[in-house]
Amino acid sequence: MSALQYYFTFPFVRYAFITGALISLCSALLGVTLVLKRFSYIGDGLSHVAFGALAIASVMNLSDNMLIILPVTVAAAVLLLKTGSNSKINGDAMIAMISVASLAIGYLLMNVFSMSSNITGDVCSTLFGSASILTLSKADVIISAVLSAVVILVFVLFYNKIFTVTFDENFARATGIKAGSYNLLIAVLIAVIIVLGMNLVGSLLISALVIFPALSAMSVFNNFKKVTVFSAVLSLVCSSVGMIISILSSVPVGSMIVVADLVGFIICLAAGSIKNKLSGE
Amino acid sequence: MILECKNLKLGYESKTVISDLSFSLEKGDYLSIIGENGSGKSTLMKTVLGLMKPMSGEIIFSDGLKKNEIGYLPQQTVVQKDFPASVEEVVMSGCLNKKGFHPFYSKSDREKCAYAMKSVGISDLRKKSYRQLSGGQQQRTLLARALCATGKMLLLDEPVTGLDTESENVMYYLINALNKQGITVIMITHDLSAALKYSNKILSVGEENFFGTKEEYLEKFGGEI
Repeated sequence: MSALQYYFTFPFVRYAFITGALISLCSALLGVTLVLKRFSYIGDGLSHVAFGALAIASVMNLSDNMLIILPVTVAAAVLLLKTGSNSKINGDAMIAMISVASLAIGYLLMNVFSMSSNITGDVCSTLFGSASILTLSKADVIISAVLSAVVILVFVLFYNKIFTVTFDENFARATGIKAGSYNLLIAVLIAVIIVLGMNLVGSLLISALVIFPALSAMSVFNNFKKVTVFSAVLSLVCSSVGMIISILSSVPVGSMIVVADLVGFIICLAAGSIKNKLSGE
Repeated sequence: MILECKNLKLGYESKTVISDLSFSLEKGDYLSIIGENGSGKSTLMKTVLGLMKPMSGEIIFSDGLKKNEIGYLPQQTVVQKDFPASVEEVVMSGCLNKKGFHPFYSKSDREKCAYAMKSVGISDLRKKSYRQLSGGQQQRTLLARALCATGKMLLLDEPVTGLDTESENVMYYLINALNKQGITVIMITHDLSAALKYSNKILSVGEENFFGTKEEYLEKFGGEI
């Protein structure tokens, strides 16, 4: 405990911690919609696209990687969503294709053009997140905090619309709600979250941040508002626990957060089945 | 006249499912759309709702009917089967089409929602989860949602499919009551006897289209029933 207090005396550790918490909150909020809309795989695909974009950005030696990663990922999200609703092209195969292609190109670029002497380390930290949140750059922290705040605000303002479009897109469209625009909004938010989460847990593990809290909440609660709120709170708790353990015992932060989410999921699953048994009798 | 369809030709890509279809409805009509599976009933409804474009022809709403004054009861989707939402949340979402950019529901929306739930007799299920309801209760929830979205016109896509006889009768009774209050109803159904019992106009789509009043339908096809 005193070690933890010591670490938290550094303002930078505090900022990193807050950023991590904000990102996990955002991803859990949108995760519920993603899982219910059967879009989980899009999140996975996007994370690989973000990896590819990051590789391009680092090859180009940009001062700020976000300038490339964010637009590319948002564009991919819009593209995937459009093909997903088009029955002519197999959306599934398309996502798989984009995913692996981005991964391959990303790794290739990093290998061929990298100035760094430690390519394996670079790739590894992009895929699985920084070894510790303490290595996040200050710019990363500020951008993440601002974008997270925007995502949360947009989500709250459009909460009712997101619910309606998620529950029944045809009804929404038929009664004059611009479902297409809201789908687009959801896609953009997801892309932003994926990019943000990459810093924290890496591009391979970001899906976990999106999916686990949502599934956990859905196994315990039966109404959308409760599921959304609980999912956000649970994600916050799990990633805080993960980050604290990571700081104290110097294990990789991304993996630790995902493990914490997994444990949370198992607990919720058990709690859900107990709850069902009780109410069934 | 509240709705007029002129020379509609409907279909997907190059495949035509309905051609040369014209009909019109007055305010307060109760239209049943009948036809074989695959004859294009749902396609027609989706086109009237603006979810699909007709290949040719025109759909005209009049009497000042706006897009956000139509209520729709679609067939259930896979997504909804295990969707964690309370009855109240689902019904409330019917109010959304009048909100524009306003982010939250108002007191009058809540009242409208409560009234809609009362009309279809699900007020006591308000806090229940949609995924734990019986088929009949789910359909009544969706009917209440459609009611929140409209006071003028309801489009129902096979509202009694998969229901037991009792729930089926309740649904027909509720729909009929709403029609009596002046709401125009367009319903797709497999059930010819219900169509003839409740509606005043019949549209039969297939090889040959028929549109007319119930009496005209009976006169033309009466021998076959």
